[in-house]
Amino acid sequence: MKKLLIPALLSALLAACSTTPLPEDGGAPVESRSGSGTGVAPVTAGGVDASGLPRELTDPKSKLSQRSIYFDLDKYEVKDEYKDLVAAHAKYLTANKGFKVLLQGNTDERGSREYNLSLGQKRAEAVKRSLTLLGVKDDQIESVSLGEEKPKNPGHDEAAWAENRRADILYKAPDGRGEF
Amino acid sequence: MTRISRRVFLAFALLATGLAQAQLSIEITGAGANRIPVAIVDFPGDFAASRVVTTTVRNDLERSGLFKLVDHNGLVFDENAAINYADWKVKGADALAAGSIARSADGRMEARFRLYDTQKGVSLGGAAYVTSNTQLRAAGHRIADYIYEKLTGEKGVFSTRIAYVVKARGQFLLQIADSDGQNAATALTSIEPIISPVWSPDGNKLAYVSFEKKKPVIYVHSLSSGQRIIVANFKGSNSAPAWSPDGRKLAIVLSKDGNSQIYTVNADGSGLQRVTQSSGIDTEPRYSADGSSIFFTSDRGGSPQVYQVGVGGGDVRRVTFEGNYNVSPRPSPDGKSLAFISRREGRFQLAVMDLASRQVQILSDSNKDESPSFAPNSRMILIATETGGRGVLSAVSSDGRIKQRLSIAAGDVREPAWGPYYQ
Repeated sequence: MKKLLIPALLSALLAACSTTPLPEDGGAPVESRSGSGTGVAPVTAGGVDASGLPRELTDPKSKLSQRSIYFDLDKYEVKDEYKDLVAAHAKYLTANKGFKVLLQGNTDERGSREYNLSLGQKRAEAVKRSLTLLGVKDDQIESVSLGEEKPKNPGHDEAAWAENRRADILYKAPDGRGEF
Repeated sequence: MTRISRRVFLAFALLATGLAQAQLSIEITGAGANRIPVAIVDFPGDFAASRVVTTTVRNDLERSGLFKLVDHNGLVFDENAAINYADWKVKGADALAAGSIARSADGRMEARFRLYDTQKGVSLGGAAYVTSNTQLRAAGHRIADYIYEKLTGEKGVFSTRIAYVVKARGQFLLQIADSDGQNAATALTSIEPIISPVWSPDGNKLAYVSFEKKKPVIYVHSLSSGQRIIVANFKGSNSAPAWSPDGRKLAIVLSKDGNSQIYTVNADGSGLQRVTQSSGIDTEPRYSADGSSIFFTSDRGGSPQVYQVGVGGGDVRRVTFEGNYNVSPRPSPDGKSLAFISRREGRFQLAVMDLASRQVQILSDSNKDESPSFAPNSRMILIATETGGRGVLSAVSSDGRIKQRLSIAAGDVREPAWGPYYQ
């Protein structure tokens, strides 16, 4: 069950970070470790980042910076815990019709490479279907699969496999700049 | 399975440290129960050339697991020498080959040989092969093929080539080597994954899936020219190419209309036709030996299983039933059997089904078998597996008795594809 909890916890943590201010002291060990040590979090108002995408897509404090949807073994349904995340992306894409997304499905390393490619495709398709049901235009989305070929976690245990059963959302701005 | 107590290690010295030159080394881990005793004497003529040819012949025959080499006691004689059959019978050799190496008028090398049946005291025939000095091993493979066919009644596959993917130092190399792992050459180098190589029936081209465009796209690559064409780059994923037996078409998998479905396309990318219609995954198509139908993997019944459909689509027949994960179907070239990967108690193992009786036999005792590929004579199956956390190739005879392991020192080897007969 650990495998299911890790991505869930990660996303819960990230979600918490994006909606609540950092506590003055104690708690939030993740934030204090990753900070620069000055106690000052740099904030840029609006604009685009180095990838050419609006900050609201990439700022770690924005929900839209969360791009990964995790799946159970041999499964491809988008779990309830990711419905809000998918809805947030759908809202952005319907409001910004010039933006495109590439949905990349991934699987763990076990089993046939080609079957895994199809399983990753099914995961990307599931996310695509959720987005189109919420009004995103078909031509804004391409769903592809990387199968087991590009593991985010190169390990060979349950934790690594859970991290690799995933669909990622990549953005491209109307000017062609972005993540794919 | 009979284990050879003395493990034969044919670990060849690396000619260079560069990856492109890195050779597969072959370890024989099992052999047939009744191996034919055969002696290959040294050939007179150019000593170095003779050595290359006879060593190649002996290694090939021994590696096949079907022959036992009888010591030739350093004897040297050519294909025209008189044979003392009684002597060789006493030494235990049922067959004997002798030959010679000569330089032909145009500077190339000519290897001549003759094969004898020592029991009957007769010649079984012979041949002459002319090669360049750098291709002497090829002449050895041809001689070994001749001996193999005369003594077993089946065509030999020593002159064939294999393709496979090496992952090392963050790079993916699509390599071609002789069937003994020697002579490796890199056809494609990429920082993105390369999977699913398959040989065209004429042995001149490979179709494969490359991720160099950040998504799976199907290419056909002409080996001698290095010319590549994109056969399928539709919206979504493009994968799992398989050649029709006549080499004119490819069965492919596209997700342009949603989930993975099987299509056929001409080898130049024209004439796309959809074959399967399901709401789930249909993938890993392979033409039957007669080209009339396609075996494939589908999750339409709830778990991945092997199915069969006519090349024009239509009725679909389920082929595998045992277990809840049967994938990667590969019909044998003789049309008699079907190799596939079966998950049993969490282990992914090579299985073979006799297509007439539908009997299934598990051929491996490993955990992570993938991507089976039949030799053109249907006798051996090459698979990707794992040993000590590293990807290696393993060749298993279709009766499970003979096993060889091919590994590479510098990295992971995967995605094997056994090429067609020498043409």
